[in-house]
Amino acid sequence: MSHDHNSAGAAHGNTKQYTIGFILSVILTIIPFGMVMAGGFGRGLLVTVIAITAVAQILVQLIYFLHMNSSSEQRWNVIAFVYTILTVAILLVGSVWIMNYLHYNMMI
Amino acid sequence: MAEVLHHDNHGHDEHHHHDDTDITVFGFWTYLMSDLILFGTLFIAFAVLSSHIPLGTPSAKELFGDSLGFVLTETFALLISSVTFGFAVLASYKKNVGQVLTWLAITWVFGAAFIGMELYEFNHLVHAGHGPTTSAFLSAFFTLVGTHGIHVTSGLVWMLVLMYQIKKNGLTLPNTRRLACLSLFWHFLDIVWICVFSVVYLMGVL
Repeated sequence: MSHDHNSAGAAHGNTKQYTIGFILSVILTIIPFGMVMAGGFGRGLLVTVIAITAVAQILVQLIYFLHMNSSSEQRWNVIAFVYTILTVAILLVGSVWIMNYLHYNMMI
Repeated sequence: MAEVLHHDNHGHDEHHHHDDTDITVFGFWTYLMSDLILFGTLFIAFAVLSSHIPLGTPSAKELFGDSLGFVLTETFALLISSVTFGFAVLASYKKNVGQVLTWLAITWVFGAAFIGMELYEFNHLVHAGHGPTTSAFLSAFFTLVGTHGIHVTSGLVWMLVLMYQIKKNGLTLPNTRRLACLSLFWHFLDIVWICVFSVVYLMGVL
């Protein structure tokens, strides 16, 4: 993304970026949806595909819609985002692990 | 995300004002991150409660198995509205008030369609006897999806107010700053919806 040229007043995002982001998002939505609807795939494979396409689509939207990048103007935004994701990940993994273990021990 | 503002930093008519757009948008981004924690905790509650659904209450597969196509349409409505909001931002670079308002109106219609479909689904579930009080799993479902819906609804109200402000005062510095913040909010909600669609609906019906 041409952040450097921006002080001159050139538009930052452009139509092409939004179009690419939109097409990629549609593809990444259709793939897991089609596989779930078609059936015949193993549960493990489906969960993997859904997770990978979801993460890929989130990255696509962060880059093409939110124009996240590694420029210095963006650094604090990216750091705040990564830290938040880390926090949520720790909460998620910890909670699911503890609650499943509890369930296992209570033999429900 | 910060680019919407950079464009106006050296604007002609407002250069006598101090431009704090960058710091405002960063502050708004920080709010969005705290909102992300909120959604994260709701997802965690959903993950825990949906993994052990008690006997006698409906599972996600029974509830959503037949309505995946409906939810896919919802997903596309929100995705399209995210792109059209991007076009509104692009039009604001060109200082084209008419185009900005048109794209915002299109965005609003798709956003409203999304909310309409979600309310229809909620109504359908409650009338079928699967309301939020049926099971802990359904409580978590209504809380998670409902919280997202309330966010989108607030975004729609904000969009109406912003359209009025832009129509009245044009693309002034405060208005482009508001447009920048709302665009972050709107794209953020679409990203949260990707997680809802994947975790609640697609993984739910497996």
